[in-house]
Amino acid sequence: MCLAIPGKITSISGEGFERTGKVNFGGVLKDVNLAYVPEAKIDDYVIVHVGFAINTLNESEANKVFEYLKEMDELGELDQGDSEQ
Amino acid sequence: MKFIDEYRDAESAKKYSDAIAKITTKPWTIMEICGGQTHSIVKFGIDELLPKNITLVHGPGCPVCVTPVELINKALKIASKPNVIFCSFGDMLRVPGTEKDLLSVKASGGDVRIVYSPLDAVKIAVNNQDKEVVFFAVGFETTAPANAMAVYQAKKGVIKNFSILVSHVLVPPAMEAILSSPECRVQGFLAAGHVCTVMGYEEYYPIAAKYKVPIVVTGFEPLDILQGIYMCIKQLEESRFEVENQYSRSVQEKGNEPAQNLIREVFKIVPRKWRGVGEIPQSGLGLNDEYIEYDAERKFSVEDITAEESPECIAGLVLQGLKKPYDCSAFGTKCTPEMPLGAPMVSSEGACSAYYRYRKYILK
Repeated sequence: MCLAIPGKITSISGEGFERTGKVNFGGVLKDVNLAYVPEAKIDDYVIVHVGFAINTLNESEANKVFEYLKEMDELGELDQGDSEQ
Repeated sequence: MKFIDEYRDAESAKKYSDAIAKITTKPWTIMEICGGQTHSIVKFGIDELLPKNITLVHGPGCPVCVTPVELINKALKIASKPNVIFCSFGDMLRVPGTEKDLLSVKASGGDVRIVYSPLDAVKIAVNNQDKEVVFFAVGFETTAPANAMAVYQAKKGVIKNFSILVSHVLVPPAMEAILSSPECRVQGFLAAGHVCTVMGYEEYYPIAAKYKVPIVVTGFEPLDILQGIYMCIKQLEESRFEVENQYSRSVQEKGNEPAQNLIREVFKIVPRKWRGVGEIPQSGLGLNDEYIEYDAERKFSVEDITAEESPECIAGLVLQGLKKPYDCSAFGTKCTPEMPLGAPMVSSEGACSAYYRYRKYILK
């Protein structure tokens, strides 16, 4: 099953394997086990699969999809510049 | 909502689509591994945004779909026992065994319950001491940490009336099986983003090198898939065959180590039978000796059950990317989500259900 979705941690309780939190998925709050993301804090986004956070989402990496596009845009403009000469 | 809507932006999608068209000079065949990616591709029409000489082939990344019929039959036998509460993820309930499915066992009075998390099944065991609670542990590596935790907590809490029916499968051996088939046409892969979130992607380096195929770890939103395809095509056009990570907001090279540690604690690698493909060595997970009392197959003595597949269902060929769902004579007629002949029509990650939901007009 690859179906996992991002949500924002709003509260945390417990420790170790019993560490859980309330995670907000676009307005819906669910209890999520945070045992596998010991470094996750309140307001972090986590990726959740069958009630478990399997990683925290890295915001600076998240922007790379769009930075990549911008780079391609800029290269594209350079190409166009060349062909006009 | 953050981390979803941005990756569905139409203008950015068009830019990626144009960029792919610009760099593609030859025909290429790429396989996306994960059923979640297949659904995204079919739902958002991503394949229709690509130049005609790029072929997307759907892979076996649907754990429900690759669960062999005999395991369903074993589940049915256990679920039909009067003192059993049988817990499962939702889409396993309508996967047909040889004669029926779990939903019909429920309809006949069996206590079959849909759960969201394997820990819910453990809670049910705690609250029903007079019953045997069995969880149908189906999944790829993504689900293994959750199932491992359920068994670990059951053992720690000395919960004796809980067990799991294991149907865990691993991605890298499946990729090798596909690549080593003489009929394989796949030249590049979009690897499964959430499997790699757990496991990292170091296991893919030897595969890329041995078979000379680019492997791009890819997410699930339209922009993720388009960027993954772009990166894969770029490698193919440049004759490179490396492992790259498109889904870096969720995936690190080493993956999630606490999760991997618990998987290793509870499970060991075993041979597994894949529906429509046959047995692939070292391709699944089974319980370690210290946790064997939680193995439902043993507990309920259903190890010897076997089964025949439906002759008309071509699930195996669809799962290997050798046929498309609409190539099947039963697609949309004898086989629909309401009355499926095989698992890919039932599962939320199945290729057949994706085509049925989003591409009905292709029906001949």
